[in-house]
Amino acid sequence: MRQWKIIAKEAMARASIIAKFFGVLHVTNTYVLSSNHVMGPSMLPTLSITGDVVLVERVSHRLGKLGSGDLVLVRSPLDPKRNLTKRIVAMEGDKVTFSLDPTRSHSSRSLVVPKGHVWIQGDNLYVSRDSRHFGPSSLWAY
Amino acid sequence: MFFLIELYAFLKLVNPSWFHFSLTFVFIGNVEMGTPSVLWNIAKKCFTVGVITLTVSDLFASIVQVRGTSMCPTFNPKTNSLLDSLSEDRVLVEKLCLRNYKLAHGDVVVFSSPNNHKEKHVKRIVGLPGDWVRTIYDVVHVPEGHCWVEGDNSASSLDSRSFGPVPLGLVKGRITHILWPPHRVGSVDRKSPQNRVCAS
Repeated sequence: MRQWKIIAKEAMARASIIAKFFGVLHVTNTYVLSSNHVMGPSMLPTLSITGDVVLVERVSHRLGKLGSGDLVLVRSPLDPKRNLTKRIVAMEGDKVTFSLDPTRSHSSRSLVVPKGHVWIQGDNLYVSRDSRHFGPSSLWAY
Repeated sequence: MFFLIELYAFLKLVNPSWFHFSLTFVFIGNVEMGTPSVLWNIAKKCFTVGVITLTVSDLFASIVQVRGTSMCPTFNPKTNSLLDSLSEDRVLVEKLCLRNYKLAHGDVVVFSSPNNHKEKHVKRIVGLPGDWVRTIYDVVHVPEGHCWVEGDNSASSLDSRSFGPVPLGLVKGRITHILWPPHRVGSVDRKSPQNRVCAS
């Protein structure tokens, strides 16, 4: 009987170390810092097409200190399992002017970004699928 | 001591304001010893419990209080009995469905509001991506990656009829059971609306 008690105690101790490790890992990845591998041509020349490992910090979003010009990692509105890396061009309440297809025409459209949303665009306007196609994104609250 | 920690974790899960309350108890219970190393031990244990509770509530399940009457009669039915009007429902939200976003018609979900990501709303999914949903005046197509949510109490519910389809990335969990009040403990079933949706 005593044998089982000792074994059980040791198993609990080992399990609690593993649980603590995963807990700290998850909290750090979700609330502090994490690293992501991003790839694709939509952010040339800032990020390369074959893939970069970037450091993503989550604290300034909670403090509300994100602004236009920041590079952000957002969840894609077209597929919630995929992440997009884009740049914030306009925050809520700002007026944004954009041209849908820079290769074809010079025409442009303007609109005001609604509350709770941001306008994101890739640096490489010719191949990026961003807010010009799916509208302002409310998913920056990653 | 271990029992105290489990109790502490349970309290934090149930109601974060009890967090400070129970922290005081743990502290008072140990203050007779009074050495700095004891305080350091308590701090370490609090940190561990906090981190594990946060991880469990983010990845597996958590308990949430439902306010408002937009989901009558499923949650907070305001009948005239005294028991019902005293407190708000507490429900179990499971987060395992967020791995692959496996949601079905009729699921009750918790999601962040598209207009203000700090607010959370509880509504039922009426349309999944690609469906056509019939509202009063017209038929709406639910785009890819979005869902159409409506409250059970159509008269007083602010839902997709006002702010449009909700991106699936804002969904934060699915409600499976009611845990409080005791006389309404049970699972929350899927209820598909009749004749409102034409699935693609």
